[in-house]
Amino acid sequence: MIDKTGSEGFVSFDHVQKSYDGENLVVKDLNLEIAKGEFLTMLGPSGSGKTTCLMMLAGFETATHGDIRLGGVSINNIPPHKRGIGMVFQNYALFPHMTVAENLSFPLEVRKIGKSEREAKVQRALDMVQMGEFGGRRPAQLSGGQQQRVALARALVFEAELVLMDEPLGALDKQLREHMQFEIKRIADNLGITVVYVTHDQTEALTMSDRVAVFDDGRIQQLAPPDQLYEEPMSSFVAQFIGENNALDGVVQSIDNGVALVKLATGDLIDANPINVSKVGEKTRVSIRPERVEFDMNRLAEGSHTLKAEVLEFVYMGDTFRTRLRVADNDEFIVKTRNAPDQVRLQPGAVVDIGWMPSDCRALDA
Amino acid sequence: MRNDPANQEPTGPVLAADGTPLKKSLSRALRRQKMRALLLIAPLLAFVFITFVIPIASMLFRSVENDIVANTLPETVVAIASWDGTTGELPDEEVYAAFARDMIAAVAEKKHTRLGSRLNYELSGISSMFRQSGRKMKRWDPVEDAPFKEKLIDLHDGWGDVSTWAIIQTYSAPYTSGYFLTAIDMQLTPEGVTMQPEDKRILIRLFWRTLVMSLVITGSCILLGYPVAWLLANLPASKANLLMILVLLPFWTSLLVRTSAWKVMLQQQGVINDVLVWAGLVADDARLIMINNQFGTILAMTHILLPFMILPMYSVMQTIQPSYLRAAKSLGATNWTAFWRVYFPQSVPGIGAGSILVFILSIGYYITPEIVGGTKGVFISNRIAYHISSSLNWGLAAALGTILLAVVLLLYWAYDRIVGIDNVKLGG
Ligand SMILES: Nc1ncnc2c1ncn2[C@@H]1O[C@H](COP(=O)(O)OP(=O)(O)OP(=O)(O)O)[C@@H](O)[C@H]1O
Ligand SMILES: [Mg+2]
Repeated sequence: MIDKTGSEGFVSFDHVQKSYDGENLVVKDLNLEIAKGEFLTMLGPSGSGKTTCLMMLAGFETATHGDIRLGGVSINNIPPHKRGIGMVFQNYALFPHMTVAENLSFPLEVRKIGKSEREAKVQRALDMVQMGEFGGRRPAQLSGGQQQRVALARALVFEAELVLMDEPLGALDKQLREHMQFEIKRIADNLGITVVYVTHDQTEALTMSDRVAVFDDGRIQQLAPPDQLYEEPMSSFVAQFIGENNALDGVVQSIDNGVALVKLATGDLIDANPINVSKVGEKTRVSIRPERVEFDMNRLAEGSHTLKAEVLEFVYMGDTFRTRLRVADNDEFIVKTRNAPDQVRLQPGAVVDIGWMPSDCRALDA
Repeated sequence: MRNDPANQEPTGPVLAADGTPLKKSLSRALRRQKMRALLLIAPLLAFVFITFVIPIASMLFRSVENDIVANTLPETVVAIASWDGTTGELPDEEVYAAFARDMIAAVAEKKHTRLGSRLNYELSGISSMFRQSGRKMKRWDPVEDAPFKEKLIDLHDGWGDVSTWAIIQTYSAPYTSGYFLTAIDMQLTPEGVTMQPEDKRILIRLFWRTLVMSLVITGSCILLGYPVAWLLANLPASKANLLMILVLLPFWTSLLVRTSAWKVMLQQQGVINDVLVWAGLVADDARLIMINNQFGTILAMTHILLPFMILPMYSVMQTIQPSYLRAAKSLGATNWTAFWRVYFPQSVPGIGAGSILVFILSIGYYITPEIVGGTKGVFISNRIAYHISSSLNWGLAAALGTILLAVVLLLYWAYDRIVGIDNVKLGG
């Protein structure tokens, strides 16, 4: 799926393929346009080829087929050190034998920038990540979060327009990670740089990115802004991978007026929004977000199909209630409701009717 | 006021739960741990003490010990103390009589030949004097045969020579610096400390040669070993294992065999010369001399010590993550800059460890220089071995060994000052 809006991309992957061993394609036909100043995240399960894509962009791996362009120029034959791409590594890769300031000064030295200018730039970059006082320390004398900031400053100090980050926050604890997500986003926005960010943490991807590319099995499954990705997943994989999701398997009974009638294995009928289905008799997996399920039949349209559900578990989570139900032989059907004064608290063992707006229930590939 | 110990002001000593000062109970707890640890390493300590500390201490002692003169000739030593040898006059009858009594007693116990050998290190010829005189003096009586001066001089001219007595006087003290002076090409004469005659000054040159050649060997090991260690650390595991076997292969063959193989390779009728002659690069009557000289020693020892350089380098390089090089390149460094500014500095501890190992091993090396070194390529250790097994001058051997030990410690200290010993890593 190519995003047409970014066709004048700053970075573009054009039918890129990659194989390490000559037998398996790790990246299969990658097409991706990244606009200048965009924060694009590659999200996907382990082994889906995210790092490989990043390494091809940085120049440490060569594409087996296809073209990678930067600012309209093909960079296939440009060695890494001439690409001018900043990079933050997962383990930071700060040079242990140099101080923080020397680490930052390194890219400026190899660019033959004069001493005074170098020092000014190093200081400015350190100040930007609030590490101004740590220039004389060795990396080993810094905490994980501080090393992370220095690595970021080093990737930015030579004013790269494109910065690649491969799971830069993977080694930090949750609180620090959330703080750094915010910092990175703020700095990237301030400098107007283009960022390609790799993670397999979906919250990180959703909160930081302009657009998210969901990878699976060497392909981009969907490329969309975070809200669209969450609300309008285009495949079962994306629906399952992003956020919490309820899935039910069935067969398309009819498609009418943009509403598909799906017959579940138990014989129950439900209404769904036909996304990946077009023919009657096609197998489908319908997907519905836990917060879009309704208990209150008054809110549903006249004639909506409903299902019988048995309450298995009720969990009080403060701001929300999380109820686990058995629906059409699926024991893992989750419903999330807001904690409001009039909200019902379902007790295990109760049998209730549930339903949803047909537009919220997406009939996807099986 | 507050009685709760947890709320005590921090001014007083902190108390443990039972009221004893915390420091005391902590050290008591630690002492038991230390004792247990000490017990565990006790066998090793005993082993090290018996096989390492004692021999070295005895070597240090032997390099200055000289009680054989005073033990064998106790009366002579006392009598000769007041004699002034610089006048050129022989000692008087009193000294000769004391000497005769000492000798007769020594001959009875067969101790006189050992003393002769000992003094022979300082004045050659004295050994046979003691042996010959001993045979005759066996029948003498210490009282009835007096006076002795004339008789002794009759017995052997040497007893009428001032230098004989001067040597006995010089070496009558129970400790001597003589061995050390000899070890650095000086000598202890009755006139004081002087240089050895020009043609006998060989030991300093030998020390110097040992140092220089060890440095050259260490240097060539660094040059040859670095790329190999780099390959070992960066090849895929299967190929690296094969290479590792090749590196370790020399360890599986006897040192003697390897050194002899070099002899076969390098000698004038050897493989290399044959090939060069066959290829027409060298004329048959101008075959290269590659053995029994310094070149042969350096070549063979570089080969033999190479694994000791490669292994520490390798284990350090293995810990250098490839992402450092990638990071350097992504920051704009060329391959060479990335290597030189980022990779190489991190591999220096390995070079340091390998160099210390190779240098210290080679400075004390013995077999290889002995076999391929000829006369120009031998090391100080060959001289030490000669004094231990052939000339039996253990005192000089001990002095040479002590100097070698001191040089190594000195260089180690210098290395620590210049490079820093924490910069030496064997891995990890
Ligand atoms: N140097 C390599 N040689 C051979 N195969 C490789 C190499 N690097 C990666 N692969 C394979 O390519 C596939 C994709 O790897 P990649 O590192 O791109 O995944 P990823 O999406 O970054 O995963 P993760 O989230 O775990 O980092 C994996 O199956 C991996 O085994
Ligand atoms: Mg990865």
